[in-house]
Amino acid sequence: MASMEFEENNVKKIMHVMRHAPHGTIYTYEGLEMILIMAAYEQDLSVVFIGDGVYALKKGQDTAGIGIKGFAKTFMALDGYDVEKLYADESSLKERGLTEDDLVVDVQVMSAAEIGRLMTEQDVIIHH
Amino acid sequence: MNIGILLKEGPYNHQASDTAFKFAEAAIRKGHKVDAVFLYNDGVINVTRLMDPPQDDRNIAGRWSELSRTHGVEVLACIAASKRRGISDDVLIEGGTITGLGTLTDIAIRNDRLVTFGD
Repeated sequence: MASMEFEENNVKKIMHVMRHAPHGTIYTYEGLEMILIMAAYEQDLSVVFIGDGVYALKKGQDTAGIGIKGFAKTFMALDGYDVEKLYADESSLKERGLTEDDLVVDVQVMSAAEIGRLMTEQDVIIHH
Repeated sequence: MNIGILLKEGPYNHQASDTAFKFAEAAIRKGHKVDAVFLYNDGVINVTRLMDPPQDDRNIAGRWSELSRTHGVEVLACIAASKRRGISDDVLIEGGTITGLGTLTDIAIRNDRLVTFGD
């Protein structure tokens, strides 16, 4: 029982913040690779999409023209890695003419203030 | 306080390497423990010993090597990011190690803070 308690106490809240468009820089792709590895460590992971980061989840991406592998579908696999806390910033979506229906995964849409509050609860925040 | 550093930008092109180094130095001077510097994205280019800047410029790779030698700070490059960018054991500075993202996870878990530098 004591060891279980220790393990529970040892679980850290780690938030990954996606802030870049999926292509143009490697930040989002390597960020996703990091999330997939961290998912194996049974921490309390969450991923928040803000700014151009919301484009990473947009349906119907076709990367053939840039000769770079697309990875929007990999976000759909996060569920299978028990990464279920996905959040998107409401105003970032709105500014880009996007709604939840345009995204490849279910996200919880939140205000910037709500995301800010969540950030204050984290042990670790890693931006990508 | 125990501190881990995550550095996500390459040297010279971006000031993040300089800022991360200055931060590490200042933290150590104040009596904190800098546990490790983990290099990700182009950050892995910080640890190639092939780096050879003009004499009147700072040698960023050499500086990390020195920090590792004098203060026991682990300087770690992500293996996946390194492989993409041609960073291997053959070109690694003294004090540098190529390792996996699991190590970053451990660093994030075991330290009081993980401080990230980069765009």
